[in-house]
Amino acid sequence: MMIKLEHVNKYFGTNHVLKDVNLEVKEGEKLVIIGPSGSGKSTTVRCMNFLEEPTDGHVYINGTELTRKNRTQIIRDNMSMVFQQFNLYPHMTVLQNLTLAPMKLKHKSKEDAEKTAYHYLEVVGLRHKANVYPTTLSGGQQQRIAIARALCDESKIILFDEPTSALDPETIQEVLDVMIKLAKEGNITMVVVTHEMGFARQVADRIVFMENGQIIDEGTPDHFFVNPTNDRVKKFLSKIIR
Amino acid sequence: MGGLFSERAWAVVLAHKANFIQGFSVTVESALGGILIAAVLGVLLGLMGVSSRKVPKTLNRIYVEAIQNTPLILQLCILYYALSFSGHKIGVLAAGIISLGIYHGAYMAEVIRAGIEAVPKGQFEAADAQGFDYTQKMAYIILPQTIKIILPPTVNQIGNLIKNTAVLYIIGGADLISSTYNFVTGATTGGSYAPAYIVCGVLFFVICFPLSTLAARWEAKLKAQDEMMNA
Repeated sequence: MMIKLEHVNKYFGTNHVLKDVNLEVKEGEKLVIIGPSGSGKSTTVRCMNFLEEPTDGHVYINGTELTRKNRTQIIRDNMSMVFQQFNLYPHMTVLQNLTLAPMKLKHKSKEDAEKTAYHYLEVVGLRHKANVYPTTLSGGQQQRIAIARALCDESKIILFDEPTSALDPETIQEVLDVMIKLAKEGNITMVVVTHEMGFARQVADRIVFMENGQIIDEGTPDHFFVNPTNDRVKKFLSKIIR
Repeated sequence: MGGLFSERAWAVVLAHKANFIQGFSVTVESALGGILIAAVLGVLLGLMGVSSRKVPKTLNRIYVEAIQNTPLILQLCILYYALSFSGHKIGVLAAGIISLGIYHGAYMAEVIRAGIEAVPKGQFEAADAQGFDYTQKMAYIILPQTIKIILPPTVNQIGNLIKNTAVLYIIGGADLISSTYNFVTGATTGGSYAPAYIVCGVLFFVICFPLSTLAARWEAKLKAQDEMMNA
């Protein structure tokens, strides 16, 4: 198992946002988490890399339990994340954004790191933007750079926390296209929180539906989009798919 | 009034110019020492101030509140007299440097804390999610983004610190203010108030003005870069 959440509970103050969440993600699996806002989807992925520490329960990455002590090393060795707000480092050029972690954390040479960076810039179609600052780019371009940055980490796992929610409608597709390419070609384990049902249907090996901090349904895309059985899921999908 | 600015008064000041140069160099020396201590304390305590843990955060608050809410002169007296009465005598210059450093360190801690807090939370999370440890995160990602924010108030603090070397007078220092005062009240040199104080003021201005000008230019340059980045 690449990722395993075991009886995970999370409170923000008295607000119980994750209620006994159990979830396993296999190596190479593309897992999509859907559900209404405030259902705990983002908190669930953020618990996977301890951006939120579970109040209670266990998180295992590739067999090792994540703790406050080992989290930096485990994350460095196994996982990357793509955020809703991109979170590129604004004081660095695109190329510097892509090479910082490989050079400082994996001790790659500059040539090596840049070679890898150019390769992934090619993958996301932004090789010509290597030497600009991220803030000069559109949202969609920044997110593609953020995906390239995650790829440069060469992690087995990439977490996507609503990667298209902050984008203009016309740039959403360029980001989704990159993610689809990634899902189809790579053996990277992907966990994606999204409202993009077309994407979920197209790439997910498995979909998890969350509501009120609980997983209330899970299954293949067909289970959700061809013959949904859960009434709550049906209602949600009827509203979100127009 | 005419007597104040008389030729004789200027002549006395000129004849004793070594006195002012000496005072000036002590002021510069104590300021440099104080700035160094203030910078180190400011960074350490500023980082403690943004810590998610209770102990460093509490230590930051105690330090900042205690130092900012009591006079520098009092802190200097405690350091110098209290220590010497308890048998740990330290030199006048050392006492001055340490207390200037401690006093302005508290202000620098607040400047740096505010600078770090101005960096969006997503930057910390991006660094964490890539597996940077605390020191790497601060050194490569967070602190470089605070420079623009902390630059103007930092230069302000340096200017204040230079002017605050005047407190050395209370423990018999040899800084510029003390030497000027001793000069105008001295038995053989007394009376040349106006020229002596003007010379003293000019000497302070000569260090503080280029400093603030340089900072203003640097700030403008960084701002222009910012606009280029956002263009």
